[in-house]
Amino acid sequence: MLLIHCPYCDEARAEIEFAYAGEAHIARPPDPAALSDEDWTHYLFIRSNPRGRHHERWRHIHGCGRFFNAVRETVSDKFEVTYKAGEPRR
Amino acid sequence: MSGFRLDQGGRVDRSRSISFSFDGVTYQGFAGDTLASALLANGVLLFGRSFKYHRPRGLLGAGSEEPNALVSVSRGPGRHTPNLRATAVEVYEGLTAKSQNRWPSLKTDLGAINDRLGMFLPAGFYNKTFMWPRSFWDKLYEPAIRRMAGLGEAPTQEDPDHYGAVYAHCDLLIVGAGPAGIDAALEASGTTKRVILIDEQDEPGGGALDDPALWSWLKESLKDLAAAPNVTVLSRTTAFGYYHDNFIGAVERLTDHQAELCSGPREKLWRIRAGEVILAQGAIERPLVFAGNDVPGVMLASAARTFLQRYGVVVGKSVALMAAHDSGWRDAFAHARAGVNVAAIIDVRATVDAELLADAEALGIAVRLAHSVTDVHGRLGVKGITVSPNGGSAESRIACDALLMAGGWTPSVHLWSHSKGSLAWDDALGAYVPDQPNEKVRCVGACSGKWNFGSGLVIDTLPTPRDQSRIKAFVDFQNDVTAKDIHLAVREGFKSIEHIKRYTTTGMATDQGKTSNLNGLQIASQALGRHVTEVGLTTFRPPYTPQTFGALAGHAQGDLFQPTRKTCIDGWAEEHGAVFELVAQWRRARYFPQGGEDMHAAVNRECRAVRSAVGIFDASTLGKIEVVGPDAAEFLNRMYTNPWKALEPGRCRYGLLLREDGFITDDGVSARLAPDRFHLTTTTGGAARVLNMMEDYLQTEWPELDVWLTSTTEQWAVIALQGPMARKVLEPLVEGIDLSPEMFPHMAIREGTICGVPTRLFRVSFTGELGFEINVPAAYGRALWERLMSAGAALGITPYGTEAMHVLRAEKGFIIVGQDTDGTVTPNDAGLDWAVGKKKPDFVGKRSLARPDIAAAGRKQLVGLLTDDPAVVLEEGAQIVADPAQAIPMTMIGHVTSSYWSEALGRSIALAMVEGGRQRMGEMLYVPMPDRVLRVRVSGMVFYDPEGVRLNV
Ligand SMILES: [Zn+2]
Repeated sequence: MLLIHCPYCDEARAEIEFAYAGEAHIARPPDPAALSDEDWTHYLFIRSNPRGRHHERWRHIHGCGRFFNAVRETVSDKFEVTYKAGEPRR
Repeated sequence: MSGFRLDQGGRVDRSRSISFSFDGVTYQGFAGDTLASALLANGVLLFGRSFKYHRPRGLLGAGSEEPNALVSVSRGPGRHTPNLRATAVEVYEGLTAKSQNRWPSLKTDLGAINDRLGMFLPAGFYNKTFMWPRSFWDKLYEPAIRRMAGLGEAPTQEDPDHYGAVYAHCDLLIVGAGPAGIDAALEASGTTKRVILIDEQDEPGGGALDDPALWSWLKESLKDLAAAPNVTVLSRTTAFGYYHDNFIGAVERLTDHQAELCSGPREKLWRIRAGEVILAQGAIERPLVFAGNDVPGVMLASAARTFLQRYGVVVGKSVALMAAHDSGWRDAFAHARAGVNVAAIIDVRATVDAELLADAEALGIAVRLAHSVTDVHGRLGVKGITVSPNGGSAESRIACDALLMAGGWTPSVHLWSHSKGSLAWDDALGAYVPDQPNEKVRCVGACSGKWNFGSGLVIDTLPTPRDQSRIKAFVDFQNDVTAKDIHLAVREGFKSIEHIKRYTTTGMATDQGKTSNLNGLQIASQALGRHVTEVGLTTFRPPYTPQTFGALAGHAQGDLFQPTRKTCIDGWAEEHGAVFELVAQWRRARYFPQGGEDMHAAVNRECRAVRSAVGIFDASTLGKIEVVGPDAAEFLNRMYTNPWKALEPGRCRYGLLLREDGFITDDGVSARLAPDRFHLTTTTGGAARVLNMMEDYLQTEWPELDVWLTSTTEQWAVIALQGPMARKVLEPLVEGIDLSPEMFPHMAIREGTICGVPTRLFRVSFTGELGFEINVPAAYGRALWERLMSAGAALGITPYGTEAMHVLRAEKGFIIVGQDTDGTVTPNDAGLDWAVGKKKPDFVGKRSLARPDIAAAGRKQLVGLLTDDPAVVLEEGAQIVADPAQAIPMTMIGHVTSSYWSEALGRSIALAMVEGGRQRMGEMLYVPMPDRVLRVRVSGMVFYDPEGVRLNV
């Protein structure tokens, strides 16, 4: 069970307090109607799934309730860093 | 001859005799014995039959690595544990154990015919033989294989025991209380660190328990640790898995060793988060691979020494040693010094340390260097061995009744591997040793590859003049894999150890190859002509040793498997005979049978009451979210398909929520209380999901919106009053709200009081009748319910449950998200285009509604179905076809989502998803059932009061 550092609580807590929320930094297009079907499909379904550094979202759902971003190494499962939503990609 | 107890020695308590039984025979042992040591002391050599060939097997080891001696222990109804290692079962008064995998008895096992037919059971036998024809599998192959090649029998009765669990936190966790682990604990005991030292055996000490010279050190050390306030020592506790970030799972056995069962838990699951971990798991001796190495009486030299020193039990009157490693010599010497005849020491090496030779000579032990055992005589026990010089064909026979094997050592890197630490090959040890850690962990003692057992020769199989393809030299004792099997796998083209493992099943038994993996790897490497590091390495996975399901499940079973959520009115329902059902985690009243009513009769009566008088329904489980803030309307406008900005305070709206992919995920009626305040409702099962989704958009997509979301599901009790008399029941109880139709129209909300309690009163209907949903603070829910019951008694007020609610809503064509939709249904599919704001530039899911596959014709659409025979109620989930005469498999064009008997219509009704359904109005379709084909006609979804006049009263 992972230990995850919540950047809002500024504390490392057990994984059971958190919920995974998919890849990070995939912003909802401001005007979806302007997107082609292909671009919209890409936004909806296509994810990077890297071997290595993965930017992903977590929610401290049984804690402060905040969504935040994290960089996790997908081979070792280790978190490199977690940071608040809205902060630039690390 | 076979094993016996020495007159003295060992750590057993000879003053406490213990009586136990094995396969129906009663034996005596001593306190401190394991089942293995006690049986060995009684001359028992035969402990089980092997998995595939049913060969007679004795003890190979003395600890948790034991592959052969698997037994079942029974102690009353439901208390039956199969596949326990006899070497790890402590004896207690009355212990009842049985051998496994034999029929009719251990000595006469009919399955042993497999051994004679061994040529027909090569590696990959099951894969090759039982493939075809497929129909034979269920009836013939599988039952036969299960009977012949099984482990113990699974218990069939409910387990009466209970199991505890604890979370523990420490600065330092030490796994293994041998000398290295104890030293580490002593070192930390003088610090401020919180230390936990755990060990799987009944007493700490590990290897020190086998060495009387260390016993006084052990005693003093344990006394020091017991006195250290910062150190916790846990015995009978197996660390079975090492998980992320130094999280270790361990099971403590609390009652399995006790004669009297107490009321406490049988086992306790420890979930330990450690700042640092020290692994001191020791090393396991490796068997040697030669013909007859599995005859009962052939065992690891270190195991024989454990039985001798720790239990005072000797495996035979005259023992021989086959060694490739110095450590075996010391084990043989220990036997000689205890007065046991050592018939010979045979060592595959041409030269050994001069000191060992001198000691052997001093003890009068005959030594043969550069020799190997090439055969073992005896079937149910060792009668002698044949020895040949390496590379020569001369044979000589040595009489003995036990043979010790010393094949070198394998560091126990199991938990290290769980933690994803890397391993490095050590040529001198012929083993993998821990290399780079992946967690804050280090290995000490023998499991790090550092030991004082001397040195040895790493050898895959012993030399023999005999035809290698005709002998059974076992590598994996538990899964019956021989060296020959691995050679065959290599000949058939397998090159990676991962594939060889799965093809031959070596290392795949319940012991995960603790004694066999390295031998298997060496043999494969030899056969492939490649260095072991090029052959690969299999991965250890939790659990280190098998654990009970009970320990892992803990109290999460039966009624406690998950929480049961109850509304504040649940108690009233229970007292009034409600039949309940679970909806998500909520317990909801399904119907309220009166007298001898069955469900059908009760539901019909409840439906009639709602349509003709008034029904009362506990709707408290509805999800509720309070949406507050200056941007609340803007936020809802973006989330829901409907327009919200123009909704006036005091009015309600049906809201439809899509996921971004355009599919319906939830719905519910919501009310605007003020310009900046909404009271949302969600489906019972969708509340948490909807709140999470809304928080996601609010926090991450639109953080500029000034809105607060609060879950209020459990703050409000909700009582639905539905039926033409609803207003009459309510009127005398409400203050501050004008209930007249003009002042309080359908889809409106008012705040006031009811029976003096503040209320949010909704005028809404999920039945098609005049209806109200009364929200009061939850603590008042039951009191209000009871007041309404007495106030409505004269008007025929009738409590109804979820079943009647379903019927009533289906009569009106109201969908239930999750029943009539399945996550692939769009608003158009569900006939809900009216709820989609066409003029809104955007909302969650809008763009997806224009995706080509969603806009395409021919999608399944929700429609009504009326059976030809009005008395027939379709089965929910039944498939629909257009042409019943077509060949099987038929083309299915849809399925039934909801189906009920409608008391109001005097016939059955159904909702269904049907391809192009709305273009098929009036069309005849067919529902094939096992015994007949039902005819149905496609209809609209509103079966009752299509004009909605009943609402406007
Ligand atoms: Zn937090």
